[in-house]
Amino acid sequence: MLTVTENKNLAQIVEAAVEKHGARPDAFIPILLEINHDYGYIPAEAIRLARKLLHQPEEHVLVSEGQLFGLASFYHMLHTEKTGRHVVQFCESAPCHVQGGRELWKAVQQTLQLQAGETDPEDRFTLKTVSCLGICGVGPVMLVDDDLYGNVTPDQLANIFAKYE
Amino acid sequence: MAFYRSHVLISVDPECLSRGAHEVLDALNDELIVQGLNDEVQVLETSRIGDPYRLGPDMLVYPENVHYANLSVDDIPYLVEEHFLKGRVVEKFRASEKAIADEELGAPKPKEVRVVLRNCGKIDPHNIEDYIAEDGYQALARVITAMKPEQVIDEVMQSGLRGRGGAGFPAAKKWQLCRQVPDNPKYLTCNADEGDPGAFMNRRVLESDPHSVVEGMIIAAYAIGARMGYIYCRAEYPIAVQNLNIAISQAREFGFLGENIFGSGFSFELEVRMGAGAFVCGEETALIASIEGKRGEPRPRPPFPAVKGVWGKPTNNNNVETYAVVPQIILNGANWYASMGTEKSKGTKTFAIAGDVIHTGLIEVPFGITLREVIFEVGGGIKDGKKFKAIQTGGPMGGCLVEEHLDLPLDYEALTAAGSMMGSGGLIIMDDETCMVDMARFFMEFTQDESCGKCTPCRVGTRRLLEIHEKICAGNGEPGDLELLEDLCSEIMKNSLCGLGQGAPNPVVSMMKHFRAEYEAHIFEKKCPAKVCRALICYEIQPPVCTGCTVCSRNCPVEAISGERRQAHQIDAAKCIRCGICAQVCNFNAISVLS
Repeated sequence: MLTVTENKNLAQIVEAAVEKHGARPDAFIPILLEINHDYGYIPAEAIRLARKLLHQPEEHVLVSEGQLFGLASFYHMLHTEKTGRHVVQFCESAPCHVQGGRELWKAVQQTLQLQAGETDPEDRFTLKTVSCLGICGVGPVMLVDDDLYGNVTPDQLANIFAKYE
Repeated sequence: MAFYRSHVLISVDPECLSRGAHEVLDALNDELIVQGLNDEVQVLETSRIGDPYRLGPDMLVYPENVHYANLSVDDIPYLVEEHFLKGRVVEKFRASEKAIADEELGAPKPKEVRVVLRNCGKIDPHNIEDYIAEDGYQALARVITAMKPEQVIDEVMQSGLRGRGGAGFPAAKKWQLCRQVPDNPKYLTCNADEGDPGAFMNRRVLESDPHSVVEGMIIAAYAIGARMGYIYCRAEYPIAVQNLNIAISQAREFGFLGENIFGSGFSFELEVRMGAGAFVCGEETALIASIEGKRGEPRPRPPFPAVKGVWGKPTNNNNVETYAVVPQIILNGANWYASMGTEKSKGTKTFAIAGDVIHTGLIEVPFGITLREVIFEVGGGIKDGKKFKAIQTGGPMGGCLVEEHLDLPLDYEALTAAGSMMGSGGLIIMDDETCMVDMARFFMEFTQDESCGKCTPCRVGTRRLLEIHEKICAGNGEPGDLELLEDLCSEIMKNSLCGLGQGAPNPVVSMMKHFRAEYEAHIFEKKCPAKVCRALICYEIQPPVCTGCTVCSRNCPVEAISGERRQAHQIDAAKCIRCGICAQVCNFNAISVLS
């Protein structure tokens, strides 16, 4: 899902996202989320393409590339840097933290040999932290792409990551 | 309409999904087809049934009302053959009585009163008829056909309902203000950007009973005179977004939303807007900016959203829980609602209990209950027989409370007076192995990260607070640090633009107040009394206990442990990185942590 599909044309993704949500200001964030989801991240080229489709002075919709980049860089779930084929999002919130999340976070970094925000040289994993996912009953919690893992212990990590090529 | 002899409800809340509920569901559907039972047995997805932590994935079979738990894909063929083909209940898959009695939302604890959570786990959130069967949309019908907008506001005013987003502003007062502004059109927003770590009560309501929020919003819109509403839901809650969209389209189909509702001439439209991961968007002016497609940065108030909100027009913003309770107030009357709670805080409140208690999860209790009752009776006490140390209320902008506060009645005023706040209702309970300096550092990491960066006191101030805490935890604290922290906290609180910055120092202030000795131990004695801060602890092998099994030395990532087989081992403190792996792998508890 978050995986970059090389054969999918960026222009098509951007067009489809604009088509789906409409060229109105309150659709900017949903459009960027859609591009992020389908392409894995939002490259500068996507911003250029989206701006061309969204900027319609005759409809009183005025938007600049800077404005769109401002959105992409502001919201945590929008990535402006290329991500690996899989994105590991680790919940760094207090309830997980006090339920073994602190030890698990060390183990995740050690297992992947990555710090938060980094991607490995093979472009396999990008490691990120995420704010509370609201499933604190099964903390510590981790997302790999769209798959959710709860009650994770350090010894499960190798098996979990092995599922993602 | 198709007739089924049996109905199966499978729980697909996020916890159960993480434990393979979808795979079980697919296997069940496949097996029913294989056995030719797919026309006789209907399989429905539902929200949480029992405590997924112990029971998930689980399912309920009607009309027998049998609860099967801890199912895996491999169990399904046998289950289908026995239960649905041969008609025999499979006892070994049944949820044990004890587990059911303990479950999070199936059986309310004695001190609980469920108003907002009443339908959660009981009805199919994808089916509007389930909600209607539980008196759903009856309040809306009464409001639109028999009440004037002013009467609705009066009724809610009398109930004493206060905004559940945290600040506790009287809901009806807010509606009145917005109604009186002579500008149109008016908008309604619902704050479903539940970002406080450890708070997930809104997620539960949105996922399991989305129609209660939709109905509450339509009633509020009628009272205010709004034509358009937005539910701003965080993108971290994909199932809530999905269920809301389903609920909205069903409500539209039934004529509860759209043009000319119930032929009254009143029209209202509702849309879901998704966030994209920004904690600050829970602040109402930031939320409005985000709905408009801008960066979610707060702006100074006034003008308040009631005057200038979405698209510069009067906007009423309430929390999920506030809207969800409105239909119940209309149906049961203001006096019924006002009969619960304390003098100034009426009704019930949902709380999410997380951390070191036995029963984590959601509860709904009347205001006025004590923290002691919440932690030890509803929450079952501290895990693993450890001791209670502190409770963080009000989320990362709240404060921590200690033993002496446990008998305070829980209401807005009492918590504020004790130096914390109600907030959205997240309760994080900490046992005596928690280092409070480390917790304060942790909360600062959060606020520093979530600060939107618009105003300097918050952007720079929270960063400084974090740096000082990191320094203290690393063993480099200096005399004067505490005074500097106090000074910084008071400046950030006074000068920040929005609630995030103004509240950010709260955890530090309360932790320094209640655990000053712990801060001092870190700074002056270079000791971490809770043995958490890595730089201030060391690991030591107790020679009489060590059997020389070599497990620790083989697992040490930096080869800091030496010793002959069957001889007591030693740790080289200079090489040791204090990762704690040796203590975890030792089978004889021979490795102790020293401060």
